[in-house]
Amino acid sequence: MTLLVAAFLLVGAFLMFLTGLGLYRMPDIFTRMHAATKGASLGVALLLLAAAFVFRDPMVVTKALVTIAFVFLTAPVAAHLLARAAYARRTPLWEHSVIDEGRDHIAADDQPDQRSSQNK
Amino acid sequence: MEMTPLLINAAWIAGAVLAAGMLLSFIRLVQGPTLADRVVAVDALATMAVGALVLIAVITGQGLLLDIALAIALVVFLGTIAMAMTIARGILK
Repeated sequence: MTLLVAAFLLVGAFLMFLTGLGLYRMPDIFTRMHAATKGASLGVALLLLAAAFVFRDPMVVTKALVTIAFVFLTAPVAAHLLARAAYARRTPLWEHSVIDEGRDHIAADDQPDQRSSQNK
Repeated sequence: MEMTPLLINAAWIAGAVLAAGMLLSFIRLVQGPTLADRVVAVDALATMAVGALVLIAVITGQGLLLDIALAIALVVFLGTIAMAMTIARGILK
């Protein structure tokens, strides 16, 4: 059991390190976001699970599970909004990108408030 | 679970690895070419801060620190959403 918890701590921290490495090494913002969101979510989930195993206290276990659920629900939402905003602002893609499917669909003026004002 | 030396050592090593990741994210925060890069870096840094708080809670045995971790996770989500909307409207580049 102790070995399992120690493994959770080490793997979680290593995933966080991979997040930092991906943020530092990836070529453009979209690939950086790909590295950052997934790695950080799973890393913090593993660390919180390890803490839940260590404390064995119902309050702490509940808090850890709630935090895991919150991170897993909000991290994709935040990353999606941020990626969409950066894409709509024509943030350049990596020069070796092979496909760019959204150019005709996502534009900077595709904001609901601006579109409704144009329709008037 | 009693805190065996193995667990304490694992937590310290995990803290060192986590600090290396935070350093790399901080470099991206300083030099990131666009504002969105910096927001991603801050988001990752805050998630790592949650992880660091969990490690401190494990090392010191203070379960109360997980409350702070949850609060950081809540606040940073709102901050990232606000920055995304700011970028989308073109208020900041």
